[in-house]
Amino acid sequence: MDGLIRDDDLFATPSKRPPGVYLFVITTAEYDQMPQRDGLETAKYEGSRVERSNREAEALANREYKHGWTSDIESETIPKGLNEDIIRLISEKKGEPAWMLEWRLKAYQRFLTMPGEPTWAKVRYESPDLQDISYYSAPKKKAKLKSMDEVDPDLVATFEKLGINIEEQKRLANVAVDAVFDSVSVATTHKDILAKRGIIFCSFSEALREHPELVRKYIGSVVPQGDNYYAALNSAVFSDGSFVYIPKGVKCPMDLSTYFRINAADTGQFERTLIVADEGAEVSYLEGCTAPMRDENQLHAAVVEIVAHKNATVRYSTVQNWYAGDKDGKGGIYNFVTKRGKCQGDHSRISWTQVETGSAITWKYPSCILQGDYSVGEFYSVALTNNLQQADTGTKMLHLGRNTSSTVISKTISAGRSDSSYRGLIRVNPKAENSRSYTQCDSLLIGSECGAHTFPYIDVRNSSSSVEHEASTSKISEDQLFYCQSRGIGQEDAISMVVNGFCKEVFDHLPMEFAVEATKLLSLSLEGSVG
Amino acid sequence: MLEIRNLKASVDGNPILQGIDLSVQAGEVHAIMGPNGSGKSTLAQVLAGHQAYEVDGASRVSFLGDDLLELPAEERARAGLFLAFQYPVEIAGITNASFLQAALNETRKSRGLEELDSFDFREVLEEKMKLVEMKADFADRFVNYGFSGGEKKRNEILQLAVLEPRLAILDETDSGLDIDALRIVANGVNKLRSPNRSFIVVTHYQRLLDYIVPDYVHILYKGRIVKSGTKDLALELEEKGYDWIREETAAAL
Ligand SMILES: Nc1ncnc2c1ncn2[C@@H]1O[C@H](COP(=O)(O)OP(=O)(O)OP(=O)(O)O)[C@@H](O)[C@H]1O
Ligand SMILES: [Mg+2]
Repeated sequence: MDGLIRDDDLFATPSKRPPGVYLFVITTAEYDQMPQRDGLETAKYEGSRVERSNREAEALANREYKHGWTSDIESETIPKGLNEDIIRLISEKKGEPAWMLEWRLKAYQRFLTMPGEPTWAKVRYESPDLQDISYYSAPKKKAKLKSMDEVDPDLVATFEKLGINIEEQKRLANVAVDAVFDSVSVATTHKDILAKRGIIFCSFSEALREHPELVRKYIGSVVPQGDNYYAALNSAVFSDGSFVYIPKGVKCPMDLSTYFRINAADTGQFERTLIVADEGAEVSYLEGCTAPMRDENQLHAAVVEIVAHKNATVRYSTVQNWYAGDKDGKGGIYNFVTKRGKCQGDHSRISWTQVETGSAITWKYPSCILQGDYSVGEFYSVALTNNLQQADTGTKMLHLGRNTSSTVISKTISAGRSDSSYRGLIRVNPKAENSRSYTQCDSLLIGSECGAHTFPYIDVRNSSSSVEHEASTSKISEDQLFYCQSRGIGQEDAISMVVNGFCKEVFDHLPMEFAVEATKLLSLSLEGSVG
Repeated sequence: MLEIRNLKASVDGNPILQGIDLSVQAGEVHAIMGPNGSGKSTLAQVLAGHQAYEVDGASRVSFLGDDLLELPAEERARAGLFLAFQYPVEIAGITNASFLQAALNETRKSRGLEELDSFDFREVLEEKMKLVEMKADFADRFVNYGFSGGEKKRNEILQLAVLEPRLAILDETDSGLDIDALRIVANGVNKLRSPNRSFIVVTHYQRLLDYIVPDYVHILYKGRIVKSGTKDLALELEEKGYDWIREETAAAL
């Protein structure tokens, strides 16, 4: 079964922000995570599939990449290079148990035997020099802070830029600072609410200290160390990440969020996220990403693993806005990410929703292994490329259990001179009787210099299952734009309106505040797309 | 309000409008009739600012004192020009309400007025929907998406009612409407008539002009206005068809 699920093999052989509460942690190459809301607010966001005006995006005044600043937070960065000693150093700095180091080293050995980067994706770039990257950078340790006055002013300034208000900052900074400087006491306030229900939500490092048995049980169980080149690299050098465990029968009372930010130069970001929903548990997890503008490319190679036991539901939403490089394709993040969920138990459900607007190069296939009978996998994706961005993204749905079902809705928008591909695999194994899969895959082209491609791989090995695939490619229509303009809507707003309409089916699956952010992001990312 | 002088426009080098002169004063209703392919829709689209047409450099159009041909389409709309399309366009994923709210707010912004939030806008919309007797659920359907031909036309008049332009050009709004709908749309338009709002009504049928009584009727033929008159001209056309116009025009050349 291992062979079925590698990102490498399969394709190689063709067959935002709630007002009020917003926690983020700014670290350098490290990051941390916190819950974003307390229980009260959850109700408000439930049923967020309400009608949303795509005009909620306020003035589109600042149309450039607005997260492109850097923070001068004093940090400690280890020397560049990749070797066993570096891996030992990372593990030691993080105070990891011996088995974790062994695991990393084993991954590194696998990595060394691999021929190199995957070549099947439809992206062109210069391979990053893995010896020219620093694999660990963390803010300098300081004593635990007692009041807001002690918070590093640069960190406060960072919060301000991210649009977090002062009151929140006061509350958060302590939390966040705790997180940055002392990851033992992450997010104390929210932790109470979570702890009462037995929910664990903490940094990966903390999980290794506090819940090593859980981490050990699940790490690598969905994305094995040798899954693919970048997953192997991540397994060897991962810096930190989030860990979520929802106990049996518990519905998490708030969405859990992680905010990722690459800050330091010449560093890579290799985070690892592990989410486990025990029997009957439910959780919704949000991930946001930004990075400073830098002329050189930076590597982001993350691994996300999700395990859903019997009757459990996990929803994972991403708004990916890594720096995409400038108009001429200089700089930007290489986003090579392995995300996979395993619907292990019967009647379990994993749902991926992603809005991909950033990164110079994206290579990413959030997937579901539908192992339990009646399990459900979903993938809702908007991928927008502009200028010289390239994206090769999609999903894999592996139907192993009986009566499993999967839904894939992919919306690809290409503008400028960019190139975007949807690559999706639907495999229904012989034993997965009576399974169903539906894929809808639409591409929208803006201008005449961009490209959109669809690479569906469909492999059905029993006769009682049904697989449907629909695809369409269209150009943004002059008539639609003129119609909008003739009602007073300017051309760029008209484009973003039509594009938002095109993406609606996917946005409907995002939590409310993420959808608002996604709408804004699309408008920003489309800037300059009309000649 | 609108002064058109020697308007010539072509597509891919093929001349379509061959020198149109027309002036519309505030509060007037002008009907434009003419055989298929004579250039009625082209005139409407050129006035609204469609980019597909090359407009001759010597053409002049002034609208409320602005040089209309200088403005991009969206600014013409904000200045108070409205075109009800002969073939309204579908936009999937955007509701009628959010589309119109965006449109109205653009116009309000350009006039220095405050933008309406969703709640205030809803009130405006509901009232206007009553004017064209439109069912409430159309507000939350996607713009023209899956609308029947007649529903699309009615939706154009709803937009007209919400945006309250100074000059509305109706391009064959009557075609595709059933008899009841025709009456409803015409009533809606009549309620919107005012001393400072003008209409150019493009139609093939006298019937509409029974409801919306025009001050002037013009006949467009081969890209030129070949005859102008009062509402009696429409009656004459109804009776005689276009042959006599063709003959007269041929004789004049
Ligand atoms: N974008 C275009 N490309 C090519 N030809 C065009 C275009 N727009 C209009 N034409 C041509 O110009 C002529 C006038 O067309 P127009 O649509 O203005 O006629 P009309 O008077 O509105 O006719 P109808 O009564 O059938 O609506 C027609 O011959 C038409 O084919
Ligand atoms: Mg016409």
